[in-house]
Amino acid sequence: MITLGHYVAVSGILFSLGLMGVIVRKNVLVIYMCLELMLTAAMLAFVAFSRFIGNIDGQVMVFFIITVAAAEVAVGLGIIVAWFRLRRSTSVADINNLRF
Amino acid sequence: MSSDEALLILNAALFWVVAVGAVTTSLLVVLNRNPVASALSLVATMVLVAMLMIQTGAFFLGTVQILVYAGAVMVLFLFIIMLLDLKAESGKVWNLWGLLAGAFVAAAVGGVLFFLAGYFSDTVDVTALEAGKQDDVRLLGLELFGRFAPHVLVVGFLLLVAMAGVIILGQQTKQTRQLPTSGQEVAK
Repeated sequence: MITLGHYVAVSGILFSLGLMGVIVRKNVLVIYMCLELMLTAAMLAFVAFSRFIGNIDGQVMVFFIITVAAAEVAVGLGIIVAWFRLRRSTSVADINNLRF
Repeated sequence: MSSDEALLILNAALFWVVAVGAVTTSLLVVLNRNPVASALSLVATMVLVAMLMIQTGAFFLGTVQILVYAGAVMVLFLFIIMLLDLKAESGKVWNLWGLLAGAFVAAAVGGVLFFLAGYFSDTVDVTALEAGKQDDVRLLGLELFGRFAPHVLVVGFLLLVAMAGVIILGQQTKQTRQLPTSGQEVAK
């Protein structure tokens, strides 16, 4: 029998794996992908709660999360490309200056 | 075996296969050295999570997840990875303390969320939901363009601002072209 708890558990595992990736990895792009993983885990929890409670508001929230995440990815990748042009690196170890 | 029981078992089997697949592929995202392999693993994770959403009856959001995330966002990621021509990280990638700290924090947060999930384990089965009988696209549309219409406008404006910001970020100014390139020590 698959209940709401199962979906929330999967969402929690995915979220913590994404968090681990953000802490462990050094490549900015991979860290960004792990952030996306955390957002996806949160969306899964929203959808599961929305469906099991029978209230559509959670799904509206997920719709907005998808939109904002798309904008965030565009801006974030723009910043990464601009920064790569300056230093030829995507390692967080090289991001140590506030001004160039 | 009645058809209800068969449906129950089929749904449970589907859930476990997809859930284990999603966790495995997300682990691959974290562990792969090659960014392209990480990105492709993330595409697989997105598709599997979309399958979980569809299983609960959120057909529209599952479809949008595949179209926008696995389709648009991840293609953008792959495009950038190939544009920057990133190679797989070589040499010592795993810093022991970083790995330990990451595993500890992830285990702590994941453990809390996992035990929290136990509180919802006495709810109804997923097959007992009104899945398929309910018109989720229509309901979502009515809410989005009714009660949440101003929010939709604000989000549209946000996308416009993001687009303008990316165009400004992407411009090559005279100053950025003069700066040192290809691994040289930056002159102070």
